[in-house]
Amino acid sequence: MSAGRLAGRVAFVTGGLRGIGHAAAARMLDEGATVIVSDLDSESDAHDLLGDLADRVGYVQANVTDEGDWARALDHVQQAHGACHILVNNAGIDLTGTVETLELEDWRRIMAINVDGVFMGTKRFVPLMAESGSEVEGGASIVNVSSIMGLVGYAEVSAYNASKGAVRLFTKGIAIEFATKGMPIRANSVHPGFVETPLLKAGFQRWVDKGVAEKPQDLVDAMNAATPMGRLAQPREIAAGIAFLAGPDASYMTGSEMVIDGGWTAQ
Amino acid sequence: MTERLAGKVALVTGGTSGIGAGTVARLRNDGAQVFFTGRNEDAGREIAGQTGATFIRHEVSDVDGWADVIAQIRDALGRLDIAFANAGMERGDGSVEDISLDGWNGILAVNQTGVMLTVQHAIRAMRDNPDGPTGSIIINSSMNANRAMGNFVAYSVTKAAVVALAKSAAIHCGNQGYKIRVNAILPGVVETALISNLIASNENPDAMRAGYAGMSPLKRMGEVEEIAALVSFLGSDEAAFISGADLTIDGASTAGMMGL
Ligand SMILES: NC(=O)c1ccc[n+]([C@@H]2O[C@H](COP(=O)([O-])OP(=O)(O)OC[C@H]3O[C@@H](n4cnc5c(N)ncnc54)[C@H](O)[C@@H]3O)[C@@H](O)[C@H]2O)c1
Repeated sequence: MSAGRLAGRVAFVTGGLRGIGHAAAARMLDEGATVIVSDLDSESDAHDLLGDLADRVGYVQANVTDEGDWARALDHVQQAHGACHILVNNAGIDLTGTVETLELEDWRRIMAINVDGVFMGTKRFVPLMAESGSEVEGGASIVNVSSIMGLVGYAEVSAYNASKGAVRLFTKGIAIEFATKGMPIRANSVHPGFVETPLLKAGFQRWVDKGVAEKPQDLVDAMNAATPMGRLAQPREIAAGIAFLAGPDASYMTGSEMVIDGGWTAQ
Repeated sequence: MTERLAGKVALVTGGTSGIGAGTVARLRNDGAQVFFTGRNEDAGREIAGQTGATFIRHEVSDVDGWADVIAQIRDALGRLDIAFANAGMERGDGSVEDISLDGWNGILAVNQTGVMLTVQHAIRAMRDNPDGPTGSIIINSSMNANRAMGNFVAYSVTKAAVVALAKSAAIHCGNQGYKIRVNAILPGVVETALISNLIASNENPDAMRAGYAGMSPLKRMGEVEEIAALVSFLGSDEAAFISGADLTIDGASTAGMMGL
């Protein structure tokens, strides 16, 4: 590992209390960044969830679907650090079900979190990042967490497919926009496969409740068997990709997508 | 110097110039032991002297020479962890209407068969690593795998073919239970000596430079070091779950239309 690769950079990570976001915060901290995370939980719950990171990362309680919360988050970062070089739009939820049984309300909720959240975060942070980006090698970097489900369709996952596909192309659109305008901000998407996080566990439990499988482990076994590398990803493996795209080594990468799926979509 | 690749042994084909030479330097700088192949002995000696890497004179499509390349690496260090299948060329290319059969076959021999041989021999070597079958293979494709050029038919076709090769090899390694990852990278226009010379020898170098630079919305070509940095990442354990992927590194050249 190359320590200090992100030294002097300020990073903001949404949904940073669990799973991939938490791992990304830890990883970027390790590489020398100043890290602020946001999530839905109260300050005191956040302190517990952050564990040994609690003393070293900033926290803002903020819902990615709320414009006012985004304004507060930006304000916090600006007041405390006066800069932002890295934005990881990671907060997300899943939704499963056959299309004819999906409720419009649930469809709107997943779009609000997975798509509107990425849009609002980008919109709010871009002016500050455009300033900060000229301070650092390779410029500022937005990393949007899409999914392999943003690349390929999957039965009973259509709403999540739609939301993650939107993130993929939104990212390419802003990448071209920033580049052609000479703004020092790169934008790329990350496409994790099946990652062992609370989101995945909750999703598996829902499949079990629906009678798709007898127990979650059966679903894990099936996923392992369907993945060329034969296992699930660990959050830190996604975090390493996020940290790479965030830093100076990825200076010519923009509008690109990094698939981290153990070969799942190569088949 | 970093320790990111400490203890790892790497092979770079076509390492005597351009992206290959830049990658030799970067992998050395990240702590790997590096072997590199190529046909230009003078350049090979010079790069070896500068970087501490080992030059092996070998033409990537020379089938019989491959056993010797691998034997040299294994005899010296007993393992292979990273292989960068980089050697490639476009000499003799043309449009599908005009290309000669010799031109076509020559490019296929290097860009496609040469890459297949690299991956094949790398897997066979990595399979026998002392700590079990482990390693990372990176294929240098091109953004032209996704955006074909009308006047470079063989180049476009071979660069697309090796993306499928990376995926097939990744799936195969998974099926065998090997912890060997295989990925392709798709660079945009990179300012190698080859391109700089082309520009310098053009009757209107400024226009030609602007033409290349303008292929990316960033309005610049990529640098060799920027591509090498991605190879180093994919070669490292940081990319432990990345396999069968194709990674575009082109300053958004192929992300879409540039707009008005
Ligand atoms: N786990 C996987 O297999 C997987 C695969 C591909 C993509 N992803 C994506 O990765 C991202 C992170 O997923 P994870 O697996 O770490 O999930 P997770 O549920 O473990 O963590 C997500 C975090 O986001 C927070 N969050 C949810 N809604 C929010 C909101 N409205 N505002 C602010 N924070 C909110 C949650 O509280 C949680 O802390 C998501 O975008 C997800 O879609 C996950």
